[in-house]
Amino acid sequence: MFDKEKLDQLKNQRENWEEKVLNKSLNKAPESKVEFKTVSGATVERLYTPEDVANIDYEEEIGYPGQYPFTRGYQPTMYRGKAWTMRMYAGFATAEESNERYKYLVNQGSTGLSVAFDLPTQIGYDSDHSLAQGEVGKVGVAIDSLKDMEILFDGIPLDKVSTSMTINAPASVLLAMYIAVAEKQGVSADKLRGTIQNDILKEYIARGTYIFPTEPSMRLITNIFEYCSKEVPNWNTISISGYHIREAGSTAAQEVGFTLADGIAYVDAAIKAGLDVDTFAPRLSFFFNAHNDLLEEVSKYRAARRLWAKIMKDRFKAKSEKSMMLKFHTQTAGCTLTAQQPDNNIIRVAMQALAAVLGGTQSLHTNSRDEALALPTTDSVTIALRTQQILANETGITNTVDPLAGSYYIEAKTKEIEDKAMEYINKIDDLGGAARAIDLGYIQKEISDSAYKYQMEIESLDRIVVGVNKYQVKEGSPKGLLRVDPIVGEMQKKKINDVKAMRNNDAVKDKLDALRTACQGTENVMPYIVEAVKEYATLGEICGVMREVFGEYEQAVLL
Amino acid sequence: MRPIRVLVAKPGLDGHDRGAKVIARALRDAGMEVIYTGLRQTPEQIVAAAVQEDVDVVGISILSGAHNYLFPRVVELLNEQSVDDVLIIGGGVIPDEDIPLLKEAGIAEIFTPGTTTTQMIEYIKNNLKRTID
Repeated sequence: MFDKEKLDQLKNQRENWEEKVLNKSLNKAPESKVEFKTVSGATVERLYTPEDVANIDYEEEIGYPGQYPFTRGYQPTMYRGKAWTMRMYAGFATAEESNERYKYLVNQGSTGLSVAFDLPTQIGYDSDHSLAQGEVGKVGVAIDSLKDMEILFDGIPLDKVSTSMTINAPASVLLAMYIAVAEKQGVSADKLRGTIQNDILKEYIARGTYIFPTEPSMRLITNIFEYCSKEVPNWNTISISGYHIREAGSTAAQEVGFTLADGIAYVDAAIKAGLDVDTFAPRLSFFFNAHNDLLEEVSKYRAARRLWAKIMKDRFKAKSEKSMMLKFHTQTAGCTLTAQQPDNNIIRVAMQALAAVLGGTQSLHTNSRDEALALPTTDSVTIALRTQQILANETGITNTVDPLAGSYYIEAKTKEIEDKAMEYINKIDDLGGAARAIDLGYIQKEISDSAYKYQMEIESLDRIVVGVNKYQVKEGSPKGLLRVDPIVGEMQKKKINDVKAMRNNDAVKDKLDALRTACQGTENVMPYIVEAVKEYATLGEICGVMREVFGEYEQAVLL
Repeated sequence: MRPIRVLVAKPGLDGHDRGAKVIARALRDAGMEVIYTGLRQTPEQIVAAAVQEDVDVVGISILSGAHNYLFPRVVELLNEQSVDDVLIIGGGVIPDEDIPLLKEAGIAEIFTPGTTTTQMIEYIKNNLKRTID
């Protein structure tokens, strides 16, 4: 960013400062540590100066928001136009109870919905399946058939809200149900806005709610890309997620590297399936974590945007700038919440949310203070939502675009993360791509090594966690946690029986048979799934047909 | 003295295995022999593995909230097989108020967030039900 002569002059000045000012100070009072590191373990220098950004070309690497390479933001006016979408991830117990929570959140100023499904739903089992025992309604809402979905969105106009659904292996089925509910509300599919997570690779890596093997899973994903490009054009067809990779213990650079490597695998698969890159790439979206290291996180989002733009342009020859823009959702880091002194988590979440906003997120979920203990109560969720509203309305950080750009540290760090992430992508390319690297256990091993190192640092007090290994107090048991009544399992079973009694079972059989044939062939399966859900075929029945044809994924167990 | 043998198990549909993996590794670094089941194990599968591997300790990890059903079920099945000399411990996001019930059901100790691996290693060494020789 500076000419050679100026840099030489600065170098002389710095050396002079080190000799005359710095050394004197260090002699008097040494620094508290020999080495300073980020949360991810990257070395941080004492001071960053123009010398550290000398090799970064402003026009090529930083540029302007809403323009390639999008380092400064995906959109030219950012939060001056409108604030990010405040999207609180919620769902528990039955569709009735979750519907109530959604209406509450919308009334409190939440601007987008985000559905959490329970584990049986995420793994394609109905609530009456033996493996669902004890899990129904626990980590999210139980959805067995279109009936539950109708209740879940009752009184919520689907042409007005945007809805994000954290659903992966059975994403096609839940999207089909959403389309069917909208139709019943008189809203056509082309009016729907929202996102399905639909990111199976990170399920294999870190999150665990996989069903089918890699190949049919990738087919389902590309089927969705194709179907939505025609029928649901405003839908984000995937949310390529670094969040869970980070939660599993990765560093910031690994989060970017592994997530974009997954992204590359999806783009490759779709191109291989015959889709033109510019028809589906604009609907790809991303999902990142907001961890504790404020400046490292801000740099991370900027690095991810720049690197993805370059990949789409250079590697995939995308022509539309929309294909090159990385849009992302952020969630604050669940793994940083402590069960000890849980109110401290409010502060952690506020700092993490600040990082996400300074990094230019499009939507944000803020965790609640009690989530290291249970699902959050309404009071806790309200504080978490208010945290976002305070950031948006009171702090002034929304007034200018990408306010930390030009900081020597931020720009140097952005470059460093971009370079490290690219090294991971190159390594994964050498192994044969993300799917292969997962089969080999490479990505999982890298993450668990980082997780282990992190835990050992906490135990040796190299890393301080307030209230956990320093500043501890004697505490009583936390009171008033949210509990899901085990009766939910029984209620869902009854609902399934009712649905099966009232629907046209012959029609259900026909639709499931047609789906089976489609799965066995090479057609797009989405229209068949839509047909089946409209007849009230259950999630378990539909996934059962697909399990029959596709088989199930076998996890590589590694330590 | 032979090494202590531990089965680290993930019951139910929960995919959060960061904790289980960190603990498995720490126990291994402490000289124990560790078998990790991987995800989505039914109580039946966990008990079969414990018996087959002849472990001294079964450690069950869960975050999904299904502990009140899954933990006691593991103990119940072990009892059915007349296995009573295995130390059974559990960990995860488990509310304090559930702990007495789980202990009553036969889980010797429940470790909640913030526990160090060192504490767990010490606990295992001091509470084995079998003599290791």
